[in-house]
Amino acid sequence: MATIADRRAPTGAKRVRKSKGKAGSLSERRPGFVVYGILIAFILGSAFPFYWSFLVASHDDAKFTAETPLLPGGNFFHNAGRVLDSIPFWKALGNSVIVSGTVTVSVVILSTLAGFAFAKLRFKGRGPLMVFVVATLAVPTQLGIIPLYMAMAEFGWSGTLGAVIVPNLVTAFGVFWMRQYIADAVPDELIEAARMDGCSMIRTFWHVCLPAVRPAAAMLGIFTFMMSWNDFLWPLIVLNADNPTMQVALEKLQSGYYVDNSLVLAGTTMATVPILIVFLVLGRQIVAGIMQGAVKG
Amino acid sequence: MTTELTVTRGRGAEPRPPRRDDNDDIGSGKSWRYKLTRLDVKFSPYLYIAPFFVLFAVVGLFPLLYTAYISLFDWELGGDEQPFVGIDNYTELLADSQFWNAMVNTLSIFAMSTLPQIVTAVLLAVLLNTALRGRTGWRMGVLLPYVASLVALTIIFGDLFGVQYGIINDLIEMVGLDRIDWQAERWWSHVAIASMVNWRWTGYNALIVLAAMQAIPRDIYEAAWVDGASKVRQFFSITLPMLRPTLIFVVVTSTIGGLQIFTEPLLFSPSAGVNGGATNQYQTVVLYMYSSGFRSFDLGYASAMAWVLFVVIIAIAGINFMLTRKLASSGEA
Repeated sequence: MATIADRRAPTGAKRVRKSKGKAGSLSERRPGFVVYGILIAFILGSAFPFYWSFLVASHDDAKFTAETPLLPGGNFFHNAGRVLDSIPFWKALGNSVIVSGTVTVSVVILSTLAGFAFAKLRFKGRGPLMVFVVATLAVPTQLGIIPLYMAMAEFGWSGTLGAVIVPNLVTAFGVFWMRQYIADAVPDELIEAARMDGCSMIRTFWHVCLPAVRPAAAMLGIFTFMMSWNDFLWPLIVLNADNPTMQVALEKLQSGYYVDNSLVLAGTTMATVPILIVFLVLGRQIVAGIMQGAVKG
Repeated sequence: MTTELTVTRGRGAEPRPPRRDDNDDIGSGKSWRYKLTRLDVKFSPYLYIAPFFVLFAVVGLFPLLYTAYISLFDWELGGDEQPFVGIDNYTELLADSQFWNAMVNTLSIFAMSTLPQIVTAVLLAVLLNTALRGRTGWRMGVLLPYVASLVALTIIFGDLFGVQYGIINDLIEMVGLDRIDWQAERWWSHVAIASMVNWRWTGYNALIVLAAMQAIPRDIYEAAWVDGASKVRQFFSITLPMLRPTLIFVVVTSTIGGLQIFTEPLLFSPSAGVNGGATNQYQTVVLYMYSSGFRSFDLGYASAMAWVLFVVIIAIAGINFMLTRKLASSGEA
């Protein structure tokens, strides 16, 4: 993993711009319509299921047994109303916001703190402990859900949001991500200077490290939020139908005896729209985050 | 902490010199402030990393080990007593045809999703690596599936692959082929489920590969160009070998995630639920584990299954690690 980090080159953006000057030299020629055509086809394929979901949700269920309409109908709000009657939609939405929000704040703070220690502080066992953190990334901890469930039942936590929040309060990925970033972004001299001036560790962290790592912390926040929002297996096990997260509520909507596609897909559309809005607003950052993470990780 | 230190009350990042009346006491060695600072330096790092290690121990490591313990008992959820049965759960499991069926399904879906996905992701990254107009827009476009909720999209895909009214069958019929029973036919159901996985992850992996491509120093290509190497030759002799660490990373992470596939087979068809189809034709190991543990309440048996899968995942991740290393380096001249 570290080998990639060592070969980090200037960002792609810079090089592409540079190549504009010596046009036609190497691989960075302006692509032809074939490239654009393939990409457009790919993106249409990516977007199609979303459109389909809305399409079905905006029609009467019976429509689809006869023929497949290709344009949205006017039934969406009627179907949306039926979703609100079938599952505790607003409660599920609120629960998902609470769970993902709490997890995000906690992961960002605790990971930054640990990342700061691993990147900038000297202590015994730092190397081996960091290797351990990276190694845990490969451990399929999901397979330990049975004892975890028993423990939650024992503590009387099953059915509560705490049972979904607590196991995710800090992640190995977060610690690793912040460590990589802090190692580069925070100059040692600045920390030395703060220490010389008599700052305690926590003050050094707060006043020197935190302001410098805001971009990485924001990205970690976005990813954590999405991961937490989409978490399914564990919430399905530990929560129940009247206090669900969004994903669990959707599952309940689908697993009825009589399946009404307009109803179910109205539910998936309603659950997807907030995420799509977030994506439109933060998509640029998400793309940058994935690409940075790839080069660092 | 340490209230006597009055540094930078403001919100600025730059530390200003502290307002202190006595500059000597920190170095004096005897004062309590000195000791406090020593303690701070010595123990703070451990304090900061402690949350991760404590949490991992409690909700990660301990449950995994305790799973191994439970697997040695006949442990029913809510049962009065849990008799020790040794390796009985394991011998039963290895003789359980439903388990092997689930294992084959898992590996089959995994194979159908990993290989095509990585090949497509690399090709897509090549396209994205050209000097496109509006770069970020294209990148966001291919990433779209990644952000959508897995549950919602699985439900949508289940509808697309519907046997009677699904649009995919409509299209297949339109080009003159027979409709496919995406749910009842074992291998076709795997194709459908794998296509959901591919749809979701290809764009994401393409961005990771793209980032790695852009990190390859340009002068290598320039040298190859001077030597008269063709584009294709450049791709196989430079790009692919240089992508090796990234490809290893992508393959290993998709192994660990892919073998635990659960949501897609559970929600693929509304009626099938935990059985993964009428004849378990697309039941995966984690789905079978969930069904044994939380529907049949046989926790001992489900735990044995978790451990067997754990070993399989580690083994396959290791094999893939070595395979990718070999394959991606074979182009190196």
